[in-house]
Amino acid sequence: MADPITLTIDGRQVKVPAGTLVIEAAKTVGIEVPSFCYYEGFSLQAACRMCLVEVEKMPKLQPGCTLPAAEGMVVYTESPKVVEARKGMLEFLLSNHPLDCPVCDKGGECELQDMTFRYGAGESRFVEIKHHVDEKQWSPAVYYDAARCILCYRCIRVCDEGLGVGALGLTYRGVAAEITPSHGDHLECDECGWCIDVCPVGALTSGTYRYKSRPWEMSYAGTICTHCSDGCKTTLSVRNGEVIRANNRDRSGVNGEFLCVKGRFGFDFVHSEERLQSPLLRKDGKLEPVSWSEALAAVAARFGEVKARNGKFGILGSTHTTNEENYFLQKFARQGLGTANIDHHRSGDVPALLDALSGKTGKLASSADLYNAKAALVIGSDLAQQHPFLAFQLRANFRHHQAAVYTVTSGTVREEQYAAKSLHCEAGQELASAQSLAEDLKKHGDLVILFGDAVRGQAVSQLVAFGESLGIPVKYVCLVDYANSRGAMDMGLLPDLGPGYHAAPAVGLSRDEMLAAADLDVLWVVGSNPFKTTAPAGTKTFTVVQDLFLTETAQRADVVLPAASAYEKNGTVTNVCGEVQRLKQGPKVMGTKSDLEIFGLLAKELGLNLGIWTADKVFEEIRRTVPGYNVPLPVIATGGAAQTAAVNGGVPSKGKPEYIRSAGDTLFTSGTLGRYSKMLNRVMEAPGQLYKP
Amino acid sequence: MLLNEPHPLEVKVLTRRYKYPQQDPIWLEQYVADEGYDAIRKALTMQPEEIIEEVKKSSLRGRGGAGFPTGLKWSFVDRKSPKPKYIVVNGDEGEPGTCKDRIIMGHEPHRLIEGCLIAGRAIGSNRGWVYIRGEYREYIDIMDRAIQEAYDKGYLGDNVLGSGWAFHLSTHTGAGSYECGEESALLESLEGKRGNPRLKPPFPATSGAFQAPTIVNNVETYSAVPEIILKGGEWFAGLGTPRNGGTRLVCLSGHLNKPGVYEVPLGMNMMTLINEVGGGVWKGRKLKAVIPGGSSSPILRAEECDIPADYDSLAKAGSMLGSGATVVLDETADIVKVLARLMAFYAHESCGWCIPCREGTTWLKKIMARLDEGVGTKRDIDMVDQLAQGMMGRTFCALGDAAAMPAMSYVRKFREEFEAKIQSAQVFMPAPQTQPLVVL
Repeated sequence: MADPITLTIDGRQVKVPAGTLVIEAAKTVGIEVPSFCYYEGFSLQAACRMCLVEVEKMPKLQPGCTLPAAEGMVVYTESPKVVEARKGMLEFLLSNHPLDCPVCDKGGECELQDMTFRYGAGESRFVEIKHHVDEKQWSPAVYYDAARCILCYRCIRVCDEGLGVGALGLTYRGVAAEITPSHGDHLECDECGWCIDVCPVGALTSGTYRYKSRPWEMSYAGTICTHCSDGCKTTLSVRNGEVIRANNRDRSGVNGEFLCVKGRFGFDFVHSEERLQSPLLRKDGKLEPVSWSEALAAVAARFGEVKARNGKFGILGSTHTTNEENYFLQKFARQGLGTANIDHHRSGDVPALLDALSGKTGKLASSADLYNAKAALVIGSDLAQQHPFLAFQLRANFRHHQAAVYTVTSGTVREEQYAAKSLHCEAGQELASAQSLAEDLKKHGDLVILFGDAVRGQAVSQLVAFGESLGIPVKYVCLVDYANSRGAMDMGLLPDLGPGYHAAPAVGLSRDEMLAAADLDVLWVVGSNPFKTTAPAGTKTFTVVQDLFLTETAQRADVVLPAASAYEKNGTVTNVCGEVQRLKQGPKVMGTKSDLEIFGLLAKELGLNLGIWTADKVFEEIRRTVPGYNVPLPVIATGGAAQTAAVNGGVPSKGKPEYIRSAGDTLFTSGTLGRYSKMLNRVMEAPGQLYKP
Repeated sequence: MLLNEPHPLEVKVLTRRYKYPQQDPIWLEQYVADEGYDAIRKALTMQPEEIIEEVKKSSLRGRGGAGFPTGLKWSFVDRKSPKPKYIVVNGDEGEPGTCKDRIIMGHEPHRLIEGCLIAGRAIGSNRGWVYIRGEYREYIDIMDRAIQEAYDKGYLGDNVLGSGWAFHLSTHTGAGSYECGEESALLESLEGKRGNPRLKPPFPATSGAFQAPTIVNNVETYSAVPEIILKGGEWFAGLGTPRNGGTRLVCLSGHLNKPGVYEVPLGMNMMTLINEVGGGVWKGRKLKAVIPGGSSSPILRAEECDIPADYDSLAKAGSMLGSGATVVLDETADIVKVLARLMAFYAHESCGWCIPCREGTTWLKKIMARLDEGVGTKRDIDMVDQLAQGMMGRTFCALGDAAAMPAMSYVRKFREEFEAKIQSAQVFMPAPQTQPLVVL
């Protein structure tokens, strides 16, 4: 860090590192220098001129957003000259602004309103006819009203610098200047909608939220996005039990403001008309709606009967359910039903990584490590498509710290835009190719290696051996698919490993083996859709499905129990980097129950004593018993992310790595959930194919 | 391209080879026959520091408008930088009333090429561009042909005059934006981007074209350099007044008997310029006002014009020498209309990057259009002044100031004309406080 210097702002001594911008220096002592175009973390514009401050010995007012603080500098942020200039800027800004605040989506949370309220003049002298341009729709998700736009260029910068997409530019000049998609009339982009969030006014509005509500009519629930495994915090705006918006303006969570299209627009599956809202029971070959008590009794009766005659259970867990649910489910299976046949759709070989790292600590990278590491190596994953937040972290690391990023993939990936080196190889040859980068990697202070399902089983230990041979500190991220894919493994939804990767009492059937077993008596599928790709071999198997929708699997079930989605429940999930975060209930959907409640009720019905089934009590048990999960409760309770320290259980994994495969979701798909999100589907069908798979 | 008849009070330095009436440009053969490219031969024998020292001694100041000392600007370039260094010629010539660069490029393109070579030698550059406004198609063609001639004869290329030093030059066409005359916007445009100004610092001498050290000077500035090298900086400085070295091309336009481009020593009295060189105000009318340095410069009333036309004297008088475009207005000129036209120009040319310029110029345009139509109030006249003050010194680049300066000065110096226009229209106005009726 540069040497500290001292300057005076509004008569107060401020000590900051040399080179700190005056606007930031003022912030450290609680002085607000208003601005529109200044946006932390992005390039400087000095365009809005709101942050003009008076500096002694400088004849003109200076923009605080580009002026580096210097020793002995004397700055005034509230002198008459500054106050008058600010008032003038706001008057200029409002001169062509339509002032349609009563019907503007941004009304109530608009920076221009707030600034005018605080710094503006009471009246306008502008009596001319305003410059007007009609609103445009750029995509299903993004609308642009040029008349409201104040040209702060935040949208252009988050898109270009933040995401490397550069879908927005500037056309025309003077008062007619406006933001325009780089490809003409429609967006060619990730459709992440970040531009909408950063817009200080109502110029960019959201296809899902526009004209739906006023900001003060909603309640807000900060929860974790339930799509990919990156674990982004998304704040749901809920009105009358319905989610109508998702964003993360308070920058809480590991992701700050970043969200991809799924996090920001992919919540609408919650209120899909195809949501199951009543249990279904197969009667005379047809699924009929029945009461919860009837359905649960039917399941319990069959479970009890099969258990009594030592029949064969098969249990498939979910990659979207909470840690508490996963933990309770494996307990239900192993203790309650006495079966070892439990698994889930595995997409990354975390057990193999933990085995390879046996005896070492601090080797698992957190999402913050991706932003701080000197170098990163991505093996076999298109991060921008599959892990947008991790891709964003690496790009931000490059932008702010000039990190060296290396990629080894079979196809072209977006990281190549700025990567220090990119290798292409045939699928399956990624690890061999990566070894040729050894000399390059050794040069850097530290390294994070991210690998997808291309590296599994034995290959993982080869990769770790390679990493450890570089002679620099190396951390690893094993990429997995969904919101709680990592948690499902941590909680022991594995045929050979119990919670915390400790050896299970017995080794059971894996997912593929269960589906192939003709003699299975019961198949219990929780939040998963295995029949979409694999038809089950068992014809007499009693199948119970807990899901949100009547999926291919649910259609063939004997009993279907309507489950609540992650947005409708409390609990915790663990992201790809092993960070535990809290889910907070936002909306409610009538007729559904959380999976945890379903397990609990079933256990009660069966007369099993598996403990209290509330999320916080189960989490207590997890913290107490699962190695690595003794995370600080206040961090979790206040919505923070606590990294777990998963370790191997000292047993060689028998997890059959050949069954590990990523579902290969893209930026715009999300397994079953994505199919029921109208916005994701509309976006996919809209023009603009450049960034779509 | 017609050259105006020379005037005895002119001091021919840059224009010394021009013959009246001259139809064709001075091509290479003719240029070389009369000391052409002797300056670069001499410069090749000098140390780069010596060249810059000579330019400093000449007190040559930038002829584009800002009047920054040229030698000083060149000395800011770090010759030891591992990056390439670039020479950029600003031939955008967008300031209304200015028409001198095209005279230089059209008559004696090799003088400009030679100036670039010397500048390139001084800062250790191997590459230069002549950025010419797109409307100057004719002069772009002339420059292209001259550059080709210079390449053919070894004045440009990988081995300039056998010295082993490489210097390449080419033209680059602007796309019709006043803003691209601002040096950083010009560099953006040169790089193929939208012509928005850049944040300064860094200045171009540190990070200019393609983030490399760059000097940007006006066509006329570069064109003065060969004479400075040949005859010495002190000789050139002696032609003008202290700190205002040399001669400059003034573009006399407006209500004059003999408008045109003339080369006069810096510091010639403005009234001499108008009455002698320009042949006096036309039709025997009286002088009302002078815009001394292009449309951005504050206006001078007739009685303020008895001053030397150099950078410092005009600054003292509250105006500026600017680009040397002197617009003369006779007693019949409608000052309100003049300002209304100028404000329309600036509103059209504002790039839109920063708020005060984007919104301010348009607002001023609208008010001035109303005042000109007679549909204005006294409050509007004050507003013009106040809005201009709100822009002055607060915009991202100098375009905002360029619009604000005339607005303030016209309203302050000719308030009676603004008020007269309102009064003459009062009869047609329903009531003074009525909202504007004109759709603009």
